[in-house]
Amino acid sequence: MTEINHLSIRQLHNGLKRKDFSVREIASAFLGRISEVDSRVRAFITVEPERVLRDAEGLDQKLRTGEQSMGFLTGIPLALKDNIVTQGTRTTAGSRILENYMPPYSATVAQRLRSSGALILGKTNCDEFAMGSSTENSAWFATRNPWDLGRVPGGSSGGSAAAVAAAEVAAALGSDTGGSIRQPAAFCGVVGLKPTYGRVSRYGLIAFASSLDQIGPLAGTTADAAMVLQAIAGHDASDSTSASRAVDNYLVEIGRDVKGLRLGIPKEWFGSGLDRTVESSVRAAVSRLEKLGCSVVEVSLPNTEYAISTYYVVAPAEASSNLARYDAVKYGYRSPNPKDLEDMYKRSRSEGFGPEVKRRIMIGTYVLSSGYYDAYFLKASKVRTLIAEDYAKAFQEVDVLVGPTTPSLPFKLGEKTGDPLQMYLSDVYTVTANLAGIPALSMPCAITEENLPVGLQILGPHFQEGLLLRVAHALEQELGLKRPILPK
Amino acid sequence: MVPIDEVKRIADLSKLTYSPEELERFVHHFQEILDYFEHLSSAPTEGINPTYHALEAVSGTPFRTDEKRPSLACTEAVSNAPQETDCQFRVPKVIE
Repeated sequence: MTEINHLSIRQLHNGLKRKDFSVREIASAFLGRISEVDSRVRAFITVEPERVLRDAEGLDQKLRTGEQSMGFLTGIPLALKDNIVTQGTRTTAGSRILENYMPPYSATVAQRLRSSGALILGKTNCDEFAMGSSTENSAWFATRNPWDLGRVPGGSSGGSAAAVAAAEVAAALGSDTGGSIRQPAAFCGVVGLKPTYGRVSRYGLIAFASSLDQIGPLAGTTADAAMVLQAIAGHDASDSTSASRAVDNYLVEIGRDVKGLRLGIPKEWFGSGLDRTVESSVRAAVSRLEKLGCSVVEVSLPNTEYAISTYYVVAPAEASSNLARYDAVKYGYRSPNPKDLEDMYKRSRSEGFGPEVKRRIMIGTYVLSSGYYDAYFLKASKVRTLIAEDYAKAFQEVDVLVGPTTPSLPFKLGEKTGDPLQMYLSDVYTVTANLAGIPALSMPCAITEENLPVGLQILGPHFQEGLLLRVAHALEQELGLKRPILPK
Repeated sequence: MVPIDEVKRIADLSKLTYSPEELERFVHHFQEILDYFEHLSSAPTEGINPTYHALEAVSGTPFRTDEKRPSLACTEAVSNAPQETDCQFRVPKVIE
């Protein structure tokens, strides 16, 4: 029999129902796996084995008495990115400024997962305040890519992606502001879904750029991603930007046929800068979808050339405002013996934030400051409209768009840390979904000769998560890629 | 080139300080990023409205009714404060 920690959520669920194993046995298997591999992968900032085992025993007891009903996520071991607050469990967002932060409340997504009976094993590493594309900007340590420990897992949800790839958890939550779920999913060979802006509550997500941030699942299969999304999606009165629209049944959606669907290939995404292996793998996967009865047409997203600039004006502008809350008064690090209040603010922030966070606060403050506002922030906000219109036009012709998630294969640790602009450019295919608020999914579509995964991205109109999962599920079945046991 | 004084002014607005060595490194990357942003000026935005919220029109995000509901207890609200006295945040003296 496959070891417990290599089973999918559906298999774990069925095994629990058949009483092949208890929740406690599942918890022990995954905690054992973390002990075995996490000193090498370093996906977790915090793991709480005693609490997890206590929760697991409590769940077994409640299942026996019928106090807890058996939902899809009951007894399923999950992890949360460390920028999602959890009452009584330290939450740092990968930042020294929140080194000892113990949240007095839990994020809505954490509450929903707990009430569905999921086991939260711990908190995963991320770039500080989710600002980065490699998880190397964490104040604590860099996470490794389980496929090749010398490479980055992507970012900023690199810990969540690596934990799923290394079978340390069955699935995890990440957050995506410009690709932070999809890019690490691509680099770690797992499924990652950024939902429509407003589909999942942001209450309790430590804010980076509030008009772009969205929480979503990372999982081993599309069905697993669908189950996690089902549990967290839906309106929340605590988040005024959460959508009141009804949530689809994603498990029904993924079972539907893809025959007759129209796929659009954005021609601007296949130009210079795209790695040849990534390109050929994505094109080969598109042919497989054609074989399944989808039609394929080339479409144009003419404002793609402005994507990175627009994003790196808008996101830091919002971040500079959001991160003003770290004033060393209410919570967070305070520098010792300040001269006065002003000195306390400046020294605490300068010592507490890492270089990339400071850089983005500076960029954001600059583009919002008087004299530069019109040329940068207002201009970028107008280009944001053009980018959203590009998508709206494309979706008049096609049902979904398909392309690469990243321009390159996972890069080596340290390769881009000295050059922030190069790091930003690796987000070229992901940032526009956030600017337009549309849902987008990354899934593995090939494994290269060097044994690295290639990510394929599927994008759809607002609230069409079910459609993305349906196309992804069909391709997943068609490709039949085997997930290797990682790290080797 | 962004003048150093301008960078210092932005740092001041951001409530951040940089050592002279950090500043030198920072200015180099900052300039490179601003140069990259330059091509935004060529985007055809004549008559285009800015977007600040991608889904305002479609998602339906109604205001909740303004009802009283319990909030964090005072002790919980200050539980992460670097310094507190009698359930209040303590800061360096502001008024002479």
